[in-house]
Amino acid sequence: MQTKRTIFGNKGLPYLLLAPQLAITAVFFLWPAGQAVHQSFLREDAFGLSTTFVGLRNYRALMDNSEYLNALQVTVVFSIATVVLSLGLALILALAVDRMLRSAAAYTTLLIWPYAVAPAVAGILWWFIFNPSIGILPFVLEQTLGRDWNHNLSGQDAMILVVIAAVWKQISYNFLFFLAGLQSIPASLREAAAIDGAGPVKRFWTITLPLLSPTTFFLLVVNVVYTLFDTFAIIDATTGGGPAQATNILVYKVYDDGFVGLNLGSSAAQSVILMLIVMMLTFIQFRYVERKVTY
Amino acid sequence: MSFSKIAAAGTVSLLALAGTTQAQTQIDWWHAMGGELGEKTEALATAFNASQSDFVVVPSYRGTYTETMTGAIAAFRAGEQPDIVQVFEVGTGTMMAAEGAIVPVYQLMADAGVAFDPSAFLPTVVGYYTDPEGRMLSMPFNSSTPILYYNKNVFAAAGLDPAQPPRTWAEMESFSRQIMASGAAECGFTTGWVSWVQLENFSAWHNLQIGTLENGFGGLETELTVNGPVQARHWENLARWQQEGVFKYGGPGGGADAPPLFYAQTCAMYMNSSASRAGVLNNTPDFEVGYGMLPYYDDVAGAPQNSIIGGATLWVLAGGSAEEQRGVAEFFNFLSSPEVQAQWHQDTGYLPITQAAYDLSAQQGYYAANPGADTSILQMTLNTPTVNSKGLRFGNYVQIRGIIDEEFQRLLAGDVDAQGALDAVVSRGNALIRDFEAAN
Amino acid sequence: MVENQRGLDIFAHVVLLLGVATVAFPVYIAFVASTHTSTAFVSGTIPLLPSTHAPASYGDVLAGGVAAQMSVPISLMLFNSMVMALLIAAGKIVISVLSAFAIVYFRFPFRVLGFWIIFITLMLPVEVRIVPTFAVIADLGLLNSYAGLTVPLMASATATFLFRQVFLTIPDELTEAARIDGAGPMKFFRDILLPLSQTNIAALFVILFIYGWNQYLWPLLITTDSGYYTIVAGIKRMADVVESEPLWNYIMAVTVLAMLPPVAVVIFMQRLFVKGLVDSEK
Repeated sequence: MQTKRTIFGNKGLPYLLLAPQLAITAVFFLWPAGQAVHQSFLREDAFGLSTTFVGLRNYRALMDNSEYLNALQVTVVFSIATVVLSLGLALILALAVDRMLRSAAAYTTLLIWPYAVAPAVAGILWWFIFNPSIGILPFVLEQTLGRDWNHNLSGQDAMILVVIAAVWKQISYNFLFFLAGLQSIPASLREAAAIDGAGPVKRFWTITLPLLSPTTFFLLVVNVVYTLFDTFAIIDATTGGGPAQATNILVYKVYDDGFVGLNLGSSAAQSVILMLIVMMLTFIQFRYVERKVTY
Repeated sequence: MSFSKIAAAGTVSLLALAGTTQAQTQIDWWHAMGGELGEKTEALATAFNASQSDFVVVPSYRGTYTETMTGAIAAFRAGEQPDIVQVFEVGTGTMMAAEGAIVPVYQLMADAGVAFDPSAFLPTVVGYYTDPEGRMLSMPFNSSTPILYYNKNVFAAAGLDPAQPPRTWAEMESFSRQIMASGAAECGFTTGWVSWVQLENFSAWHNLQIGTLENGFGGLETELTVNGPVQARHWENLARWQQEGVFKYGGPGGGADAPPLFYAQTCAMYMNSSASRAGVLNNTPDFEVGYGMLPYYDDVAGAPQNSIIGGATLWVLAGGSAEEQRGVAEFFNFLSSPEVQAQWHQDTGYLPITQAAYDLSAQQGYYAANPGADTSILQMTLNTPTVNSKGLRFGNYVQIRGIIDEEFQRLLAGDVDAQGALDAVVSRGNALIRDFEAAN
Repeated sequence: MVENQRGLDIFAHVVLLLGVATVAFPVYIAFVASTHTSTAFVSGTIPLLPSTHAPASYGDVLAGGVAAQMSVPISLMLFNSMVMALLIAAGKIVISVLSAFAIVYFRFPFRVLGFWIIFITLMLPVEVRIVPTFAVIADLGLLNSYAGLTVPLMASATATFLFRQVFLTIPDELTEAARIDGAGPMKFFRDILLPLSQTNIAALFVILFIYGWNQYLWPLLITTDSGYYTIVAGIKRMADVVESEPLWNYIMAVTVLAMLPPVAVVIFMQRLFVKGLVDSEK
């Protein structure tokens, strides 16, 4: 991991600075997480009245389960689509706003505002827009392309819907940080390059993108984590993992089996596996992608 | 009187005084009723609190049914559980199996010494929540049963008698085709709750078994048997009708897409919970709504039998003090009194749980003034329930409902035929039931 | 911009207008829904243009006419949401900026481990650890309290990570200059790091405020007293009608009203991250 060359020498101060966050993390996260890991080795009823230690049985059952393997596949498709689209579109919008002088504030507000819509309500709005009977988009699609939209029956339609919903949520977030990153690139650098004859595209590749890379790296890692962990609410509000599990991503399965189905052992095992997958992905990103970042 | 006697009398009086100014016992009630229904639910608690001074029921809205149940379980495991929790019918298996966590209603009433007459309750409503010996485990609160709503205006425009709903599936099909041919509506019918209406209630209505051991009432070793020939035939018809436009699918779970189809007059008929009545009336200002019982296949012996309920009940969680449990018993007594039940039934459209409440509503002229409001009750009490139509009880049933929806979607998408879909429901569902059996 | 390229400017405007149209479309639908009657939205293809019932919907909501649905006055819910949003945003920023400073600018045993432990908090959402987390909160006696509502949410891996990125871009020359001048770490932190992180703090504040503002499940789980309801809990309560149709116009009216404070925050924070007002020369 990247580190600074020049540092301060205090010995005790860093621990003091880290203490609040570590304390909260330890009490409200590590301890419950440890319990959850413990639960993954148990088989118990919902109320915890009859508990049996079953070792790795929950994990082995998952490996044999075709539903779980399907979920893995669906997750890969969903995550890649969402991360690529939300980062790409947000970057384009941020670059466009960055050019603006007077209307920047207005555009920024309009683009961030949707992030303030509560996820619960966003689900309702997507239902209004995509509903096969009353939705506006199916109506338009049918009139213009003759395409019959029904995400209750077509797995493909369902995947498109959840990707749109997830990307929509993330665009505002990514846009905001891209903009902040762009705004902190010194104007003098760009001016110097322009004086040297570099056009806007060349400036983008040689100056903007490298200087934006710390932000881009941050957003890449965060977006991957978001798509893999925070998206079950969207799935729950739109397709419920269906039809026929076409949008049953890993974290939705965790939520469905645990929170809804009250099968806590299997759900805990699934979340442990998911955690390991993401830790590995994040580790790979820090090890290999961070090398390309210029600090 | 000697001084000591006066002193004794004085002490006793003082103690008595202290007793009456004691703080009221608080009873926590967690429920999942949002919207206006929540207001009516909490009004019940207010009314009870006003009617006596020993107990105060504190209702608390805890989210959807799922959120409420999971929250209550998390609270139980942390020692912070409420006294009463409202649980949906698919959670019955889980609640029933948690013997150390719940206090069955019949036991609660007996322990508290509160008068309790099980025979006063309507058998079909209460039967779902009794054990094999017929003892009540939870208190029904908001129960409903599916009925058929239809668009009288469209019927008239298509040349059908608006006062005559279809009684059999054959009539459903022929009426639908006539409506579609005349252009009065685009499709014949739609349905909410495919699992509850088109499989569970379908089976009960035709006196067909859903699972072994009395549909699961008899024990955790039960197995599903819904893949019989009649159910397969019905699902095959539904798939065929979907292709031909006679039937439009309303989506998984509750079928959120179905009501708009009916309100917009796209579909002429609509099968859903009797408790949707108020919503239906509100959202259909442009046409007159008719009510009918669920259709049946008249070539199946034993049909029509009776329909089964859905909704939620109130479960009592263990761990409360004896005083709190007495309060719960008193509250349940209050809730099942005829006046309170009749008022609740009329305000919300949910079924009355006692015969007395039904009779009182009739006396008050409620059914005369509101045609169709008693269709659900008549349908439910059409016959004495058999072991096939008392209800059902399976562990992990929340997820089994999900499987039913998934297989139905696969059927409609053409990936599997009706028998195959139902066979998959049975095999996948049995796997979950075995898991539940092992875990409990 | 540097040169004056009209073509590129116009293209940028077009892109932005398209972007705004798509991104803001659902919000527009919410607004339209709030101006119709409650039945207009489920009786056919949804209308795309606002209608005339706005005064009725908003009037009812503000005057407490839908109190029946939410059981708690809207002002109380907005207050609770505001408290949560402000406390959580402020708390997260303060804690994370200190942690990031420690991780980037010091060498100490378990430094990298500390970072990863903080990072892992992103990987286990509340729904998955609800049973043990509820137990912890109950054991600490934090049920039904503002502390219980906000403190557990204050550990933010994203904020720490973001600040780490920002600090890593700050040139070492600045740090050396500070040390030469005899400034201690905290002085360096206050006088140099914080001002340079301003745009990111502003951006984070917006995001974290909205995060705290939209909290639904956590308050629902750990409070039984409806006096702690947040505005989103109120909205969900109105929409959670099991066997009938929710009153969409009221729900959407409350949603639109609920979006106003976050929008105000966004507008207010603009001043801190729009170019020209920030001295970003390093």
